[in-house]
Amino acid sequence: MDVKLRILRFNPETDRKGHWEEYNIEADPDERILDLLHKVKWFDDGSLAFRRSCAHGVCGSDAMVVNGENMLACQVLVKEVSNPIKIEPIRGLPVIKDLVVDMETFFESYKKVMPYLVNDEVPGERERLQSPEDRDKFEDTTKCILCAACTTSCPVFWTADTYVGPAAIVNAHRFVFDSRDNASKQRLEILKDVNGAFRCRTAFNCTTACPRGIQVTKAIEDVKRETLTIN
Amino acid sequence: MKIIKHSFDGVIVGAGGAGLRAAIEAAPHMKLAVITKLYPTRSHTGAAQGGMSAALANVEEDNWNWHAFDTVKGSDYLADQPAVDILCKEAIDSVVELEHWGLPFSRLENGKIAQRRFGGHTVKEGEAPAFRACYAADRTGHMILQTLYQKCVSMGVTFFDEFQVLDIKIDDGVCKGVIAYEIATGDIHIFEARAVTFATGGFGKIYKVSSNAHSLTGDGPGILYQKGIPLEDMEFYQFHPTGIYRLGILLSEAARGEGGILRNKDGERFMERYAPSIKDLAPRDMVSRAIATEISEGNGAGPNNDFVYLDLTHLGAETIKQKLPDITDFVRTYVKIEPIDEPIPVQPTAHYAMGGIPTDVDARVLSDAQGTILPGVYSAGESACVSVHGANRLGTNSLLDIVVFGKRAGQSMVDYVSSTKPFSLSENAGEDLKNKISNFIDKEHDPNFSVAKIREELQDSMEENAKIFRTEESLTKQTEILSDLRDRYQNVTISDKGKVFNTELLEAIELEYLLDMSDTTVASALERKESRGAHSRVDHVERDDSNWLKHSFAFKNGDSVKLDYKDVELGNYEPKERKY
Repeated sequence: MDVKLRILRFNPETDRKGHWEEYNIEADPDERILDLLHKVKWFDDGSLAFRRSCAHGVCGSDAMVVNGENMLACQVLVKEVSNPIKIEPIRGLPVIKDLVVDMETFFESYKKVMPYLVNDEVPGERERLQSPEDRDKFEDTTKCILCAACTTSCPVFWTADTYVGPAAIVNAHRFVFDSRDNASKQRLEILKDVNGAFRCRTAFNCTTACPRGIQVTKAIEDVKRETLTIN
Repeated sequence: MKIIKHSFDGVIVGAGGAGLRAAIEAAPHMKLAVITKLYPTRSHTGAAQGGMSAALANVEEDNWNWHAFDTVKGSDYLADQPAVDILCKEAIDSVVELEHWGLPFSRLENGKIAQRRFGGHTVKEGEAPAFRACYAADRTGHMILQTLYQKCVSMGVTFFDEFQVLDIKIDDGVCKGVIAYEIATGDIHIFEARAVTFATGGFGKIYKVSSNAHSLTGDGPGILYQKGIPLEDMEFYQFHPTGIYRLGILLSEAARGEGGILRNKDGERFMERYAPSIKDLAPRDMVSRAIATEISEGNGAGPNNDFVYLDLTHLGAETIKQKLPDITDFVRTYVKIEPIDEPIPVQPTAHYAMGGIPTDVDARVLSDAQGTILPGVYSAGESACVSVHGANRLGTNSLLDIVVFGKRAGQSMVDYVSSTKPFSLSENAGEDLKNKISNFIDKEHDPNFSVAKIREELQDSMEENAKIFRTEESLTKQTEILSDLRDRYQNVTISDKGKVFNTELLEAIELEYLLDMSDTTVASALERKESRGAHSRVDHVERDDSNWLKHSFAFKNGDSVKLDYKDVELGNYEPKERKY
């Protein structure tokens, strides 16, 4: 089938602002959007810049806006989107080139919530025990691949990038509800801050955008509720 | 193009499981930098699914000697047995350590780490499939990568994200540092460092149908090979039996560990004929060959008889949801099939390099078949060849390899740095790379010599001539094709002349590594006139221990490959016929 691809291009070395370019491509309906971007890059315009690696939705490199919605380009097939296909960089982060954005603020926010297990007790020679039920409490939020699809779909984040954003809260949730962790209180103090979980306005964009199917808004609500338990 | 200089004691190239594990070991003891061409969490360790074996004996009786026996037998007796002992013995503490750092393993009712069956892993040296693979649903690699990165964040490890190392400086046989290209700016960075670990992963992109990420282009092995360091056992490349038809996306062996069955077009469970005792849980080389044989004998399914089915329909919705959520989602996403109700079309997919940069058990890089150590250079994970996987790796042993030998690489860096003095690397150390880049930028673009065209022909021809079954004829033909591609590569051009995110430039440089990996794979395969593990010669079908119980070392010799050999280190297990 013939597909029209409209890509928002921006080259900081030659352009003052972004502009749309159109590419006509012969595509198989079962191909991924990422495959189309590769066709443009490999056989038409080598300067097209985008990130990608695993090409099957687990590395989190290729979040972008496709026909207005955040998704991973490698996880959506041509037949699932309407033609022409409009592709833009994810929003709220500075564009470096074409579909590549500066991820630094995103990862800084992630690091703010202490995204690691804290437990100073000597664990012994074997594994700590954890019941399947306790393990289940944070199962959903372990799936995060830090692709930024949620955070950059959030209207609050668009207006204030100081907001830690859904992805950071998801990663806090992963430890707050882990029975082996001892630093929930510190994490929740961080998330009580003006730029923490309470900036969420439950727009649910993040939940829709998550390519891993994480119930992001629910995780944020869980964290908000948990902050009420600390003094 | 600016040139910026940094001074570190140690540098780790690559931030997948092996690189991060090495970093955790080394960071407290030196000024350390981890350099990655991706963001750490994008590394392909995150795509590993099924598990990580260790004889924890949480489900049934087990001990690490049985694990070692299985690994050696799985390797078709090419693995070095002292190294295998280390792998299997240290597996237990490595899993426990990851748990202590927060890895969310799936759990048994009693709260211990859950374990499942996997191909080639047995109890009592072959008696029955063993519950040995520790797992976190079917995203064990993701959890390992996340946990190791989280640990690095907590330790404040220094990362250079989206910097691609493209050169190493070795003066008088001693490592002096690496040269990297900053992807966002096009600047060149000189990293002075006396200890350098390459943990750059595999090179599955030499094949067309592959489970590997686009980024897996053999950078570390390529950089060292171009400097005269040999690559070991390159003829042994693993094809995973169950890639999604045509796409190659991995469907974990855990699917069969949980009871999944392979069927041909008639619905026959054909593995009963190839491996009567452990059937679908035979090692990967045997299952991939069985599938290829079924297909070549006309028993494949579909209009072209070119795939078989992975049948999970009898497992039930609950098991699939609890234990195989990700891979079944891949099937829904990419094939639009519901695995609870329908069997999945699969075919073997290029998956894992048993070969790579030769190292000893302390991850120290060897510069020849005689065991000469290259001071200050280390490698771990898929980029390295210790060799613990020999001619065929068992499933789950790669995740083990990255933590066991990643840690050892870190320890070796510490030992070396503490016993040597800092030095200074000259300001013009970046000149070679600068010239290489300038050549690409200055050369006028000619679409007939594009990176994509040469790479596509490379992948298609490797798929055709150097995949599961090989012959003298197919490999000779491939040698000629590679020589032609190499000639054309000399004239390769790029259209992007910019500095910012010029990934076309990087793809052009990576293509040379892919050619290096292909050259060494084909040359080593052509010379090895026997069938062992993943290397199947139709014209030499038997394993030949009297002539070939040895590792190959492929050296760059101008534009051709020169081979040398090193005897396998045996141990407790004498080579025997390999039956399952």
